[in-house]
Amino acid sequence: MSEKKEKSGGLLNRLLVENPVFGLYLGICSSLAITTNINNAIGMGVAVTVVLTLSNILVSAVRNATPDDIHIPVYIVIIATLVTIVGMLIQAYTPSLYSALGAFIDLIVVNCIILGRAEAFASMNPIGPSIADGLSMGFSYTLSIMAMSFIRQLLGTGTLSLSNPFTNAEIFSLRLIPEGFELPFFKEQFGAFITFACLAAAVAAYKNHLENASKKKGSK
Amino acid sequence: MNLFTLFISGMLINNIILSKFIGMCPFMGVSTKMESAVGMGLAVIFVVFCASVLSWGLYYGVLVPLHLEYMKLICFILLIAAFVQFVELFIKKNSPSLYKQLGIYLPLITTNCAVLYVALDNITQEYNLIETIVNSIGVPAGFMLMLCIFSTIRERLRGNDVPKAFEGNPIAFIIAAIMALAFSSLSGLV
Repeated sequence: MSEKKEKSGGLLNRLLVENPVFGLYLGICSSLAITTNINNAIGMGVAVTVVLTLSNILVSAVRNATPDDIHIPVYIVIIATLVTIVGMLIQAYTPSLYSALGAFIDLIVVNCIILGRAEAFASMNPIGPSIADGLSMGFSYTLSIMAMSFIRQLLGTGTLSLSNPFTNAEIFSLRLIPEGFELPFFKEQFGAFITFACLAAAVAAYKNHLENASKKKGSK
Repeated sequence: MNLFTLFISGMLINNIILSKFIGMCPFMGVSTKMESAVGMGLAVIFVVFCASVLSWGLYYGVLVPLHLEYMKLICFILLIAAFVQFVELFIKKNSPSLYKQLGIYLPLITTNCAVLYVALDNITQEYNLIETIVNSIGVPAGFMLMLCIFSTIRERLRGNDVPKAFEGNPIAFIIAAIMALAFSSLSGLV
């Protein structure tokens, strides 16, 4: 029982305390810019997860063959190649998503999460753990930007909606705040910064709480 | 497009940080001291200007004649990485004092989205060479302006009593939000 509890605590910690966006402040640009609605956030999250996992696999595969002096350019070329491929696929199959995300698809190349994980994890570990690391980091990035877009879309437009990016058919649309009561500034830059600040503060508060709890335990 | 309008809109109205959210990592990372903000700003202006003009030349001189437009992302990022490395070596050899001031910021610039964004934006907007030059000075100048304003506010903030959860970066984001609100009123300027 206690072991199970510890495990679930570990998962929560991974998602909150080691959260790449709100905990470590990596990949902030995209999480502020494209989170105006949930569709964009899911699309971006999936794209980043795919690139991150594949780049971890490739970096881990070439880690012993790469000379130390030029490892950054090698990693960047690997990442840029993957981003070009993913960008072309997005443009071909989901043109509406491509126009919504705009320049931020190309900017996945310089998303600190991907180069950071390549440098800190994949370049020292075998392929198996690197895949797991890429998937879990990508998953918590996706969850973070989904949380941001959930708040911004709900408060900014009053409705939650989701549509199929391949056909643009609406899956569901739910109005939770009556018309005239929504706060349009949540769709603007101001709302993006405020939402981010509040979520980051919430994560920091949780961290402080954990630290206090462990201190109390230690003093007893 | 009027060149002056292009410069002002790149620097103030479509400010790269507050309206496009690009270059946030160095914005949060080095904006705690005025000195480092100026150093980082100057380094970014120099690298963005040179890298954008070089990528513009590379795109229209090599990639378009060879019909390799889809390779632009890989070529640009390689060009930027190589250029930054070259500048670092050059400064280290010829001006050790300048290297001491700017050296630590240079490796960070490779992964600064602002550099890649300006290089790609010049191509997407189909600017000619003169417009590219003006845009590549205006946009990083806006970056430096924001970095300086922001660092002075954060210096003042250091002695203040901030709620514990908001200490550090979260309060910086609140300031950025208020600055974004102020700067959004400039959008009627052009």
